[in-house]
Amino acid sequence: MRANAPATADSVAEIETLPSPMELQRPDAALTPDDATWIAALRRKDDAAIARLHELLQRASRFEVARRRGSLAFVRGEELDDVATQAADDALVAVLAKLDDFRGASRFTTWVYKFALLEAGVRMRRRAWQDREVVLDSDSWRGFADAAEQPDTAAERNELLLAIGECISGELTPHQRQVLIALAIDGVPIDVLAERLATTRGALYKTLHDARRRLRGRLAERGLTPEVS
Amino acid sequence: MTRPHDNASIARLLGPAGPEILCDECFEQLDVYVDAELGHADPDAAVPGMRAHLDGCPACSEEYESLRALVRQDARPGERL
Repeated sequence: MRANAPATADSVAEIETLPSPMELQRPDAALTPDDATWIAALRRKDDAAIARLHELLQRASRFEVARRRGSLAFVRGEELDDVATQAADDALVAVLAKLDDFRGASRFTTWVYKFALLEAGVRMRRRAWQDREVVLDSDSWRGFADAAEQPDTAAERNELLLAIGECISGELTPHQRQVLIALAIDGVPIDVLAERLATTRGALYKTLHDARRRLRGRLAERGLTPEVS
Repeated sequence: MTRPHDNASIARLLGPAGPEILCDECFEQLDVYVDAELGHADPDAAVPGMRAHLDGCPACSEEYESLRALVRQDARPGERL
């Protein structure tokens, strides 16, 4: 328990267990008495507490939809309202299911917001790509090797580009190559690819991470350590 | 269209050089990272590997930017989160 936390509600003891490294650095990151009371009410499935939570989630999901609506200029406002509402509804279910995971290492509202932002963000990305084809196994990676053949490319850069092309072609598993090309070259949003491949963002990013690590390792073995930003 | 061999394209292909957390842990820790940043603590000490992940994952980065903007909007002028 943090020494200066305003621990005025019994529920605080239930919520705060072990201090995280974050709490050790931020002793002022306190769970407010109001939040503690609210969380306790949410655990009791109190209607008013749930309605307040839903209102907060709707605010966050509408915020996200408004930020991303530029990518969906062709979609009617009513449909975007539905996206925000569905995102808030699903986030409500997720928050209530994970309530015991909240440890007070951040503000409760900040913790809550991220669920709605995730739900709304995923929906917006998928809606933007709803009618677009995702080409798996595209040969866009060959652009690296092609670029190396240009006469105006410096020798050092030439070597790097050729090596990248060779490593993509010969050092990655087919699945790693497919995921790397789609996400890191063709710009397919990870949530869109996850939906098309019936997998998760986490699993895809792990594959991407492994592919990148393998690429970097092979380039390093050739004495190529690209410092790009 | 971006040329496939410019620095940005190579950076996007190779991803962050340093250790990074992955998407699931990013989501778990995103609120801690944002509150630390807006509270003027050191977010990278609070969540090591988060910055590298945000550099390598556009979707998580978008959610980070949105959360930061939303929490900032909540703060009253001059309030320290």
